[in-house]
Parts: sequence; structure tokens; C-alpha cells
Amino acid sequence: MLDTTIGHNPGLTEDQLLLLERLCNACAVSGNESEVREIVLEQVRPHASQLKVDALGNVLAVREGTGSQPENSAALSPSSPVSAASTGRRLRVMVAAHMDEVGFMLTYDDEGGLFRFEMVGGVDVEHLPGKPVQVGRDHIPALIGMKPVHHTKAEERQQKVDPDNLRIDVSPGNGRKVKVGDWAAFTSPFMRLGPSFCAKALDNRLGVASLVELFKSPPPNIDLLAAFTVQEEVGLRGATVAAHALSPDLALVLDCTSARDLPVLDRSGMAENTQYNTRLGLGPAVYVADRSTLSDPRLVRHILEIAKKESLPCQVRQPGGGGTDAGAIHKQLAGVPSVSISVPARYLHTPSSLCRSEDWKNTLALVYAVLAHLTPDILAVER
Amino acid sequence: MKSLIQKLVEIPGPSGFESQVREVIRKEVEHLAGNAQVDNLGNLIVSWGEVKAGGLKILLAAHMDEIGLMVTHIDERGFVRFTTIGGVRPVNLLGGRVRFMSGIQGVIGSERLSDASKAPAFEHMFIDVGAAGLADCAVNVGDVAAFERPFLDLGSRMVAKSLDDRIGVAVLIETLRELDRRKIESPHQLLFVFSVQEEVGVRGATTAAYGIDPDVGLAVDVTQTGDTPNSARMDVSLGKGPAIKLRDQGMLADPRVVRWMLAAAEANRIPYQREVLERGNTDAEAIQLTRSGVPSGCLSIPCRYIHSPSEMVDLNDAQNAVQLLVALLQQAIDLA
Repeated sequence: MLDTTIGHNPGLTEDQLLLLERLCNACAVSGNESEVREIVLEQVRPHASQLKVDALGNVLAVREGTGSQPENSAALSPSSPVSAASTGRRLRVMVAAHMDEVGFMLTYDDEGGLFRFEMVGGVDVEHLPGKPVQVGRDHIPALIGMKPVHHTKAEERQQKVDPDNLRIDVSPGNGRKVKVGDWAAFTSPFMRLGPSFCAKALDNRLGVASLVELFKSPPPNIDLLAAFTVQEEVGLRGATVAAHALSPDLALVLDCTSARDLPVLDRSGMAENTQYNTRLGLGPAVYVADRSTLSDPRLVRHILEIAKKESLPCQVRQPGGGGTDAGAIHKQLAGVPSVSISVPARYLHTPSSLCRSEDWKNTLALVYAVLAHLTPDILAVER
Repeated sequence: MKSLIQKLVEIPGPSGFESQVREVIRKEVEHLAGNAQVDNLGNLIVSWGEVKAGGLKILLAAHMDEIGLMVTHIDERGFVRFTTIGGVRPVNLLGGRVRFMSGIQGVIGSERLSDASKAPAFEHMFIDVGAAGLADCAVNVGDVAAFERPFLDLGSRMVAKSLDDRIGVAVLIETLRELDRRKIESPHQLLFVFSVQEEVGVRGATTAAYGIDPDVGLAVDVTQTGDTPNSARMDVSLGKGPAIKLRDQGMLADPRVVRWMLAAAEANRIPYQREVLERGNTDAEAIQLTRSGVPSGCLSIPCRYIHSPSEMVDLNDAQNAVQLLVALLQQAIDLA
């Protein structure tokens, strides 16, 4: 087999990098995920035994395992991992990654190519002045402007940016090509920076790319139920219905989480950064708890054991705020044992985020190993 | 009942880590009922009786979990930084002690206070487990701890951590015992749910109620009182009987269920209070909104100093709650 690994990105193929680049450069602000969905469908279709786009726009793709499957197993309750333990039935594992990204929606035409807008998902208005954006299906280039510094008074510069004073400026000629209700996304083309990648929407195209790679070559012991979800950034909405439809034995969510690992990123004056969330270069981040989920401890233990056994780096994400699709999935039906694994990245929900290629590579390896060693026994003990 | 309550409150069981509490409850109830099952999220579900003519499937929920702390970072000198699980307030922490699930104990300290009249934010506090350094610190990121405070017996009043909602757990266990001891005949099938993760958003009750698909739901949980100096105004006091909830932040109790509860209290001359709680919610909220909707209510035990390490309840209220439940659960419910 031809070794296509490249210099700064050991273990990742050029195909994998190009897929991530395509996914990051596509626009999929929550509620308008079709560009990413088209790429996902094209990638998973050749490998899926069942494939559908549901009512909300989630891509649900099933790929059955090739391990042993006892007869009449179809009659078993799909949401009982204990029955899997006693019969040797393959586990039905939902792996979810959200396709959507944060962005904007045009709300009012001020004429002259100027539009008022609302934020879609968690965007800090302080990040917006002076940033290029792209509007609508045709990616019309535009800009969020701001009064220049030499025209502001000192007290104005002390104040927070007022979102009502900001406009998306598409310039007069393009004003007719966009309309109120159109989505807008940041404009930051994918870049390779030595051992790092830099792009908009690494949250969560890293998860989408990881799930595509997993779907192409999954471990044989499980039935893989892949859910490429919509509307995570506005409240885990796609995952809520996807989990109901798939009714899995357990769920693993692939996402992207903040690395706030600069020496001192805030101005609290603390001697030590004790709130880094995660740190780049230390491998995939395993969730114990965030605001949406207390991860299933049996799955956390399994992940940490596999990482140790396989000598794969991994870090425990600092418990605290934030949330993933697991928040919706674990509460669905009669309860779904769930856990999340994220690639750490800096500057999420801004125009440009940054991650280390080795963290992505190690995430791909860890996720595969975790699933390949998954047995029903893990869930036969009580949580 | 007091010794049962003491046994229950002395176990650590923050949300998501209820297994030690569950083991104690299971030992108390498994000989009283048909089967005890643990579901995917860790709820303990105990079934009693079966649906007979005129009867319904009734879910009774009391949550096993309590608020707590979770480790986020351990520094070079072995000081442990933390985040909170559930509604912990900074003012209740300084000088307090905690116990990890492993048994390790520690005290809560803070960085230098710039204003000693205000409690510092959580990120300026830490747990000191007595470690000389990082290598000597036997806790890990993700470990959880509960308040550590001995049970205090003040006669009919009792003080302890986690009376929210071990008092509800104790009431359900005692109810099951009474049903068994008095060989009560009931037309209903009762599903006792000792639920998980209430304090982080009624998560356990959400999945348990879906799995059970009950006809009626009833939570047993604590409620605030308005009987302390300069307290928020609320017409509930300690010692005046269990409170029949009419509404809280998350639920408007089903009037048919409320009527059923009021009638049983009146007929059996059991003291009770009517409760309107302006803040807070219970498992009943989750049960009510399950599937196509479930007529639901809540029986509350009045409790002072909720979410502090020293919560206070009155034993008479708990005992009257048991009597009310036993009387209630023999009665048919008119859902017309």
C-alpha cells in the first residue's frame, strides 16, 4: 500500500486532510446544513446498508457489523444492552457528530447593501467587528464593519460592542442577491500551519470527518448507527430526534471542545491557568461531565482503559460548562448510556479555530479502538 | 424511621454517582417487593402489586442524588480545584468539609479574599485534602465529592446534608414497609422509582417515566418554608404536615391528582399544608411531560436551609407523609 502520509501530519492521509478541508470550507449554519450534508451523503452512501435524511435534516446511516449474530435476535428489545450480554447480540452503537456551525441570519434590509442580523448559536459579539462573512447559497462575500479606532472616543472604546450597531455589508450591487432570512457564515479558508490546522467551524467538522472515516472502515463487532446531526448549536435539536429514531444500546458523541490553554487567557490575574478546559497536543478529550450530561462512568472507564492499553494519549476534559449532543441522546427513550470524545481546538466559535493534526489522528485511533473493544459486558454491570 | 434517615443521609451520592445510596436502598426494599431493577441511567425501580379493577399504574419518585462537587484541576502543590454538581452556592462552602466517593476527605479553602464580606466565586476556592504535593494527592480530575457533616438529632427536628431528598427516599421506603406490614389491598400497581440526576435537571425521572409509561405520577421531595426570620414569604412551615403541591416553577399539579391527595388527607385527618413554590422543581415535572402527558402531583416535605450542608426537617412531617401515602394509595383516582 502506498504510504501517503505527509510531513507535518504523521498518520493522516492526504485524502483525510482534503476531506476535512472541504467540510470546513462548506457553510452549514444551524438550520441550513445542506452543503455539509451533501458531502456526508456522497462519502457514506457506498458503505451504508440503510441511509436516510430525516425530517429535521439529520443524516442517519447504518452499517451492520460482520461479527457473529445469533438467530432470532431481531425480536430482542433494541434498547436493552443486558439482553445483548446474555445472547451475544451485536451492540447497536450510535455515533453522533453535528454538522452545523455557529453563524448569522439576516433579519432586516437597511438598503444600500446593509443588513441587520441575528446570531445563530453562541457567538461573542466582541469577535465580530472587522470580520469577513459569506451570505446565502451563493456565498456572497460581505463584511461586518466598525467605526475606525481614530474616530472613537476613549469612553466608547471601554464599552462592549453593541450588536444593534453592527451591520452585514454586502455592498449595494450585491444587495439584491441576498435577502432577509439568508444565513451567513464566517469566511476563513482552511489553512495548514505546520503541525496545526486553522479554519472556521473546526467545531464540528472534525467530528463529522472523524465519523465519515469511522463509517468507511468500522470495527466488525458492532452495528454502527451514524448520526450526522443538525441544530446542535441552537440546543441539541437534531440529536433529540435522531436518538429516538435509532434507539441505540449506547451512544458515543464526537465533537470539538475548547482548548483555553494559553498561559493566561483571561484577565483574572490568577497565577496559574486552572481553567484550560483542555490542552492542545495531549490527545482526544474524554468527557466526565458538562452542563448537559453526566457521562456514563462505565463508558468513561472503558475509554481510559483502552487508551492506556493501546498507549494512545488522551486527556480528561475539565468538568464544567458546555454541552454536546450527548445531552439530548442520554435522556431519550428509557435512557441511553452516553459519553463524548472531542478533539481539542483553540478559539472555537470565532472566525478561525486551530487544532493540532496529531490530536485528530489520535482521536481517530482512540475512537476505533474504543469501539472495537466494546462488549455488552461493559453495560451488564449497573451504572 | 430516624435510624433509616440517618443511614441514608450519611452516604455520599452526588448526581450521576448514586450507586452507594442505591445499594443501601435495595437492601431495605428488596424483600418487600417483587423485583428491583436498575435502568440504563441508574434509577432503581421497584414494583409492588398489580393493576386490579378500578386501579391504575402509579409511579412514585424520590431522588437518590444530592448536590456535590467535581474535580477540575489539581495544581503542583496538591490543591484541588472544582466545579459544582447541582445548585451549590458559594456562601455554603467556605470552611466546609467534603468526602469523595473513595472516602478521601478534605476541607474547602479560598485564595486571599479582597472583600471578606462576600463569598468568593468557586474558581477562587479549592479543596485541601492534606496532600503535600501533586504526587501525594489521591484524587483525579472528574472525581466527585459530597458535603461531609454529621447527622444531628434535635428531637423531632433533624439536621443533615442531603435530606433533599433522602427524606423522600425514607418516606417511600417506609410507605412500602407499611403496605407490607399492614397487608394493604390496593387496586393500583405501584412503581417506586428511586431516581438519579434530579439535581442537574430531573434527568433520571425523564427516562424512568418513559420506560414505565405510568397512568399517574407522584414525586416525593422537599420544599422551602417561610417560617424562619425574614425569610421569603411562603405559606409552608416545618411541623405542620406534609405539603400537597399545587404548583412550582416546573409544574402545575394536575387538579385531579391534587383532589385525590386532599380527599385522602381530610378523610384520614392527616395534617397537611397547601404548597405554592415560586422557585424550584421536582421529578414530577419530568413525569408530567412524558410521552403524551401523565397526570402528576407532588407530596413535599417542608425543609429549611435546602442545599446547605445542614438541611432541617421535622420527623412528624415525614411520618405524616407516610400515613398520607398509605391512605392515598388504597384509594381509586377519578381522572374524569
